[in-house]
Amino acid sequence: MSGEIILQAVVSGLLMGLIYALVAVGLSLIFGLMEIVNFAHGEFLMLAMFASFWLWALGGLDPLMSLPLVAAMLAGAGLLVHWGIIRHVLDAPMLAQVCATFGLAVALRAGAQFLWTPDFRVVADPLVAGRVQLGPIFIGQPQLVAGFVCLAAFVALWLFVTRTETGLALQATSQDRQAAAVMGIPTDRMSALGWAIGLGCVAVAGSMLSTFFYIFPDVGTNFALLAFVAVALGGFGSILGSLVAGVLIGLIESLGGLLISPSYKTLIVFALYLAVVLVRPKGLFGRF
Amino acid sequence: MADDPTLKLEAARAQPLWPRPPAWAVALGLAAGGFLIAYPAIFPSPFSLHLMIMIFLYALMAQSWNVMAGLSGQISLGHAMFFGIGAYAASVLFAKYGVSPWIGLLVGMAISALAAAAVGLPTLRLKGHYFAIATLLIGSGVQIVFSRWEWVGAASGLYIPIERTSPWLSFQFHGAKTPYYFLALGAAALGYLLVWHLRRTRFGFRLQAVRDEPEAAASLGVAVSGHKVLAFMLSGAMMSAAGTFYAQYVLVLDPERLFSLDISILVLLMTVLGGSGTLWGPALGAAILVPLSEYSRIWFGGTGRTVDLIVYGILIVLICMFRPRGLLSLIEDRLRRREGERA
Repeated sequence: MSGEIILQAVVSGLLMGLIYALVAVGLSLIFGLMEIVNFAHGEFLMLAMFASFWLWALGGLDPLMSLPLVAAMLAGAGLLVHWGIIRHVLDAPMLAQVCATFGLAVALRAGAQFLWTPDFRVVADPLVAGRVQLGPIFIGQPQLVAGFVCLAAFVALWLFVTRTETGLALQATSQDRQAAAVMGIPTDRMSALGWAIGLGCVAVAGSMLSTFFYIFPDVGTNFALLAFVAVALGGFGSILGSLVAGVLIGLIESLGGLLISPSYKTLIVFALYLAVVLVRPKGLFGRF
Repeated sequence: MADDPTLKLEAARAQPLWPRPPAWAVALGLAAGGFLIAYPAIFPSPFSLHLMIMIFLYALMAQSWNVMAGLSGQISLGHAMFFGIGAYAASVLFAKYGVSPWIGLLVGMAISALAAAAVGLPTLRLKGHYFAIATLLIGSGVQIVFSRWEWVGAASGLYIPIERTSPWLSFQFHGAKTPYYFLALGAAALGYLLVWHLRRTRFGFRLQAVRDEPEAAASLGVAVSGHKVLAFMLSGAMMSAAGTFYAQYVLVLDPERLFSLDISILVLLMTVLGGSGTLWGPALGAAILVPLSEYSRIWFGGTGRTVDLIVYGILIVLICMFRPRGLLSLIEDRLRRREGERA
């Protein structure tokens, strides 16, 4: 096997990994704030992709153009989910919390299947198409743009969380909810903000994904499963951890598919989860 | 004299743990049992038998999920893997080696219990969400493996060869649904009896202690994660038995269907709807949801599946928000209020 093929796999794994990372960071943020695992995360990714698709199909807007709109829609959905469902199960036993988001996932996926049929769709004429040659390797331009947008979103999120007062309040709530409340931080509003940001991140990832990936009701499932692994690997609640873990998973999946077997590449990542849980349950950057 | 600890212990032992069921409950139970035994004679149509077979089967599956979630407080999102393992173990042994599915049933249960231990040992000593995610990932991983595994037919699955000589040995009754009906009823009854008994044993009490107060249980010397693993093994074995039965009933192995997330979702939903942690909650959930999905399949034809899943999803969310203890708790609360009035 030549070095070029491996290099090719590394680059495409890296770019895909950035998308995984952005999906994962929303999950991690929400978990960090209220210890709730959002099992409907993949379904929101699917909704973002369908939103991009319909804005393109009916409104003629390219996913790159409609990105802010889709992000706003999903952030709104995040607020709605927090206000309508999550707030009511915050003090409930874990069973109720898991089943609430899991039930939401079931309803959203089945609803999408009912409304839009299980057909595969694509955005047929994206603004950015084709590929570029960089030395011996080829990179799809949509993937490249997607990678850059995801990275930019990460930088923006990082700056927001570390440099603004609201961001610091968010971090404080994530570290110690009670202490934050005592300091006068409106922790409920911070949770709502976490949902808005978390689903906003998913919206960016979904918009970008819709420029080069098939769009169908089940599309979110696999991304969500990978995001769970990324969150465990990076450490529940850690933003930086999600970035590193997402990229790592992209690389492992891509190289594993190349070196071992493409049909088992997802399994390799799943096995990674068990390895993390066995060896270092708090993940790379996590606070257990 | 009154402070003699042995006397106190004797007195505590003599006191029944639960109040004796009232006469109306005993009568109702006997009537229900009689009705279920007479059912095939009253409603002999294939559809009405099929409906009840599926209710019994799902009641058993939901109960197996309940052993894990209701008794030990751990949420499995990949229970379909045990269902599939049970179906494959018995059917592959029968199709390839001519081994009776009754032996396959036990083999499947053993494999499922081992698989449960393998999943549970690393994840169950951590917080609950690690386990829930692990089961979700492994459930879908097992499906990937079975739909690529050539020896068991990969994605197209396997057909179980028709055997006409000895129906009881080969677990095949073909057109006749009544034997399946009684086998399913028997399997479900055995499962419920087992859990009823389990809830009254030391092991069952320790499990409930682990669920409600893990720290307190640990401080009293209960091996918390060990108990969870044992409960998961038992739960997996029960689910596996249902899988074996289902495969012999439909005579087709389809990895897409046997390992599907839908099955994991359904057993969760039925238990949570009826009341997780209760003995009859899973059965109540199955008795409500199985007819709903069978009839919606008839009404909506091909699209029915998605319609009932929408309703189910919304139902779980609502139950979690407003009745986390399930529908049975409505009756329970009313009974308790009446007791209170009387006292």
